[in-house]
Amino acid sequence: MSALVAAATPTTTWYLVLAAVLFGIGTVGVLVRRNPLVMFMCIELMLNAVNLSFVALAKRLGDIGGQTTVFFVMVVAAAEVVVGLGIIVSIMRKRPGANVDDISALKG
Amino acid sequence: MGAQTINYPAIDWLAIAPLIILLSGMMINLVIAALTRVWPRAWYAIGTVVLAVAAIIVEMFIWHDINQDGSRIIINNALSIDHFAMFCWIGIAGALALVSLSTAEYLRREDLEGPEMYALYICAAIGAMIMTASNDMIVLFLGLETLSIALYVLAASHRRRPDSQESGLKYFILGGFASAFFLYGIALIYGSTGTTNISGIGNVLSTEVFVNGDDAMLLAGIALLIVGLAFKVAVVPFHFWTPDVYQGAPTPVTSYMASVGKFAAFAALLRVVTTALPTRAEDWRPVIWVLAILSVVVGSVLAVVQTDVKRMLAYSSISHAGFMMIGIESIGHSGDVEGLPATLLYLMIYSVLVIGTFTVVSLVTRTGDDGSDIGSFRGLGKERPALALAMTVFLLAQAGMPLTSGFIAKFGVIQAAAANESYAIAIVAMVASVIAALLYLRIMISMWLSDEESGDDKREAIKVPFSAGIVVAGAAFFTLLVGVWPGWLIDAAQAALQLAK
Repeated sequence: MSALVAAATPTTTWYLVLAAVLFGIGTVGVLVRRNPLVMFMCIELMLNAVNLSFVALAKRLGDIGGQTTVFFVMVVAAAEVVVGLGIIVSIMRKRPGANVDDISALKG
Repeated sequence: MGAQTINYPAIDWLAIAPLIILLSGMMINLVIAALTRVWPRAWYAIGTVVLAVAAIIVEMFIWHDINQDGSRIIINNALSIDHFAMFCWIGIAGALALVSLSTAEYLRREDLEGPEMYALYICAAIGAMIMTASNDMIVLFLGLETLSIALYVLAASHRRRPDSQESGLKYFILGGFASAFFLYGIALIYGSTGTTNISGIGNVLSTEVFVNGDDAMLLAGIALLIVGLAFKVAVVPFHFWTPDVYQGAPTPVTSYMASVGKFAAFAALLRVVTTALPTRAEDWRPVIWVLAILSVVVGSVLAVVQTDVKRMLAYSSISHAGFMMIGIESIGHSGDVEGLPATLLYLMIYSVLVIGTFTVVSLVTRTGDDGSDIGSFRGLGKERPALALAMTVFLLAQAGMPLTSGFIAKFGVIQAAAANESYAIAIVAMVASVIAALLYLRIMISMWLSDEESGDDKREAIKVPFSAGIVVAGAAFFTLLVGVWPGWLIDAAQAALQLAK
């Protein structure tokens, strides 16, 4: 029993694996979803997966640097939200309900 | 628990003066834009040019300062101030000046508002400059995002053209996607080396022997980092956003993306491979080799079959990125001796060329910025011979014609490849540049030799405003000057070899 409990104690590796899985879900989401808002949320998921790995790695290395990095990434993600939503809103205002397959005048 | 003191890093104000000049200029620009109702359009362009020139002058001082005191790493190992950084900073500030000039009349013609355009140009330039000088992966990431976020808005800034908005959306989604890969690469490299400092990573990798687990993490990190940067510089197979974004974005913005965006991302890639990962050259060199070959071939071949000039030039920019990758590949063989100056030289020459080319395109697309079909160039030789002549110079240079700057650029990277016995890559590159020459020839034939078709006389006459004329003439002068007398620029690029590590 105690061996089982010891095996089930989370280590940093667990968090790294979770982060990798989240990153993978985000990647697949960007590739398969067609709504710009959802694609954008998937990108945010990828960034936050990276944040999780930064924190886990900082814990493993006993280094504060990785944890402070997360704040920088959060600020960047917030700035991306502002700009991204601005672009999406200005498109949606002209073409309500458009998905990325509708927004494809440019090709060749 | 006593009060803890925070150790502030010493700040070398002279070295970051160009950044401060641009930043304060941007703030002043925004404040004036917010306080005045009717804005005098030309003044913002002139103001931006003055800022850029002031930044270039200070950068010249720093260049001289480095000559005397040597290169250094400042602000707690965050920024490297060396000839490499100054070379890039001068190039970026120069591009900022040229593009602001060509934007001035564009905004008037398209009836767009826009002191914000100039503020965003300056913001992007600051991000690009931080990227080229960064000595820390996180600083590099912040610079990259400052550049990219400004460029997303710029790409979508022509509010009446749906194409522009589509271009902004595509650039934003794929740029954010690439940034996430890049950041994950940083995280994994941090996990395996324990630092995000670029020279720190180099030190760790040159001393420590890795156990297997850490090595896998490091290799995954390097791979993700290269994928992220390859998206930003637009090399095959990470290029698919480029044609759409270049075509849809307002033409001056396209020229800015192709010059400053490439400059910054390639400089960052150069710094990472020469400072952080030189001991891992065996691991990343094959990847760069594949990217380089694919880019020169696919870029050239797909460029030839396009009918839209902006798309053609987008594919040709992919092929040029492949040539720059050849320079980086040769760094993987023998260190930075040949590859680094050759790539920097290529970047500087290509930036000026691409700004000149796209400025001509932006004049030929006429009001509405929609006429970028190759037919719009029909009869340009008769209507505006000087403009057509300048375009011919740019196109010949892009094709790598001797006595133009493009020859010096291509010769440099192919020489670097040959010196390292990468003959395969050198031969493929030369064959591809012959294929790409067809494309430049098509535009030239359209300008000089095509017969007029019915309806051509009803087209709007092409106006060449004074400010755009300066840009075209200046870029053409630079192209020919470097082609005939390249020594000074090659010496400057050679000086960049003394990296601050």
